[in-house]
Amino acid sequence: MDLETLTVTSGEWLRGTGPDSDIVVSSRIRLARNLAQFPFPPQADDGTRMEIEQVLRRRVESLSCTGRLGYISVDSLDQLDRQFLVERQLISREHAETHGPRGVGIGSEENVSLMINEEDHLRIQVLRSGYSLDECWNDINRIDDALEEHVTYAFSEEFGYLTSCPTNCGTGIRASVMLHLPALVLTKEIQKVFQALQKISLAVRGLYGEGSQAMGDFYQISNQVTLGQSEDQIISKLKEVVPNIIAYERRVRKALVKENRQRLHDQVSRAFGILQSAQTITSEETMHLLSSVRMGINLGLVEGIEIPTVNELFIHTQPAHLQKLRHEMLESAERNVARAAYLRQRLARQEPHEN
Amino acid sequence: MRKCRRCTKPATLHITEIRDGEVQALHLCESCAQDYLSNVDVGETVDEEDVAFGTQADEDVDEVFEGADDLKCENCGITFKQFRSQGRLGCPNDYIVFRERLLPLLESIHGETQHVGKCPQHTPDASRKQYELIRLRNDLRSAVESESYEDAARLRDEIQALENQLGIESGEE
Ligand SMILES: [Zn+2]
Ligand SMILES: [Zn+2]
Repeated sequence: MDLETLTVTSGEWLRGTGPDSDIVVSSRIRLARNLAQFPFPPQADDGTRMEIEQVLRRRVESLSCTGRLGYISVDSLDQLDRQFLVERQLISREHAETHGPRGVGIGSEENVSLMINEEDHLRIQVLRSGYSLDECWNDINRIDDALEEHVTYAFSEEFGYLTSCPTNCGTGIRASVMLHLPALVLTKEIQKVFQALQKISLAVRGLYGEGSQAMGDFYQISNQVTLGQSEDQIISKLKEVVPNIIAYERRVRKALVKENRQRLHDQVSRAFGILQSAQTITSEETMHLLSSVRMGINLGLVEGIEIPTVNELFIHTQPAHLQKLRHEMLESAERNVARAAYLRQRLARQEPHEN
Repeated sequence: MRKCRRCTKPATLHITEIRDGEVQALHLCESCAQDYLSNVDVGETVDEEDVAFGTQADEDVDEVFEGADDLKCENCGITFKQFRSQGRLGCPNDYIVFRERLLPLLESIHGETQHVGKCPQHTPDASRKQYELIRLRNDLRSAVESESYEDAARLRDEIQALENQLGIESGEE
């Protein structure tokens, strides 16, 4: 698989469609699996890890239910390419940073990734645009079944699928949705969401930038419990909660527009303006402004830009992506200049023609 | 199970910070998270190592496990103490060897200790025997609890025999 072609494309899950995609950016499910006959990766030496990689790579490459998967040996990538795959959400940060033989199988649409020798022998991930947990589960369940025909998973009737960390054993499932909740953040209503989620033991991960709480407009909500509940029960629990949060965010957005349309319109227009004209810009500020613009599009306050473009810019303005696009290593200050240039180019204003 | 980065409560909020490409995870309990969200410290560094199992703020659990730390899996060589410090088990067999000590941990993480989800369609013979072992041990426990000593003696023999078959060193006693 060629990383250079990935640079200029973008994953299917960024296309910004799918159910409730004004608020749900993406849905994701991952399964943790291990082979019965090997120690878990953190405890395996390089020779053993290589054996594990060989066994699983063969299985991953002969999967037929996914379409053709490209395989990348993560161990042989340089730092920048690993970071690139992390930004792309195709491998975890842990997978980028650990050592020894390991790799990832990636579907051509970037909807599927199978990490080998992460914390577990195998981490299967399915990612989709919008709110589509059931589709994710159907896909991943099929992949899991297909793999299991040829390998023996570590499994016990008592503890289910056995994983390196006891927080994952049982189903080994982590189901999550990435929500864009700018209005709840703006009005500080988000605290109530945290409290409610905590009571039913769902985890919230925010995406934060340095020095400003307003960056945290994206939240990933996922199950914490993996043992003692079936996959269906775990997914159902998310499905009970997520629509309420979506409705809550929509309600608050509507109220904001009603009570303060002018101020909101001003805020998102300025955000768009800065993105179109800045000469140097940090990734934090970019994320913050893109978040405003994204909400503005959904509320009909911004024109001339579409959700898929915004989603893509979130990914393509991150450090490794910028450097891959420019084919050069850049210092932080240089990246800020390159980022601004890239944004200006992608968001070029239709200037009135001069006479 | 992660502890809050700032106090001893379990972490429920997992914040991923991005600082111009450097990604860091921060694990906080609800009250510390609210505090964090209302005044984000600029430049605070998070040392991920500090929040591994057992390195800090695990005193309660330490007391429970006192004296049991040198229990070792013959398969991968990991001791329970090592597991406690790195937070990762060494191999699937550890779930058998450390079972008694994992149960309270699993209970606190998941609230349950019995799997009810999907099962592999193809279960190899050796694993079947291991499930049998697990079941026998469960039966033994309830036999002892209900003071059915005849049953208990029989179960003990069966477990012994199965352990020998599987080449497992008894993890108990
Ligand atoms: Zn705390
Ligand atoms: Zn072991």
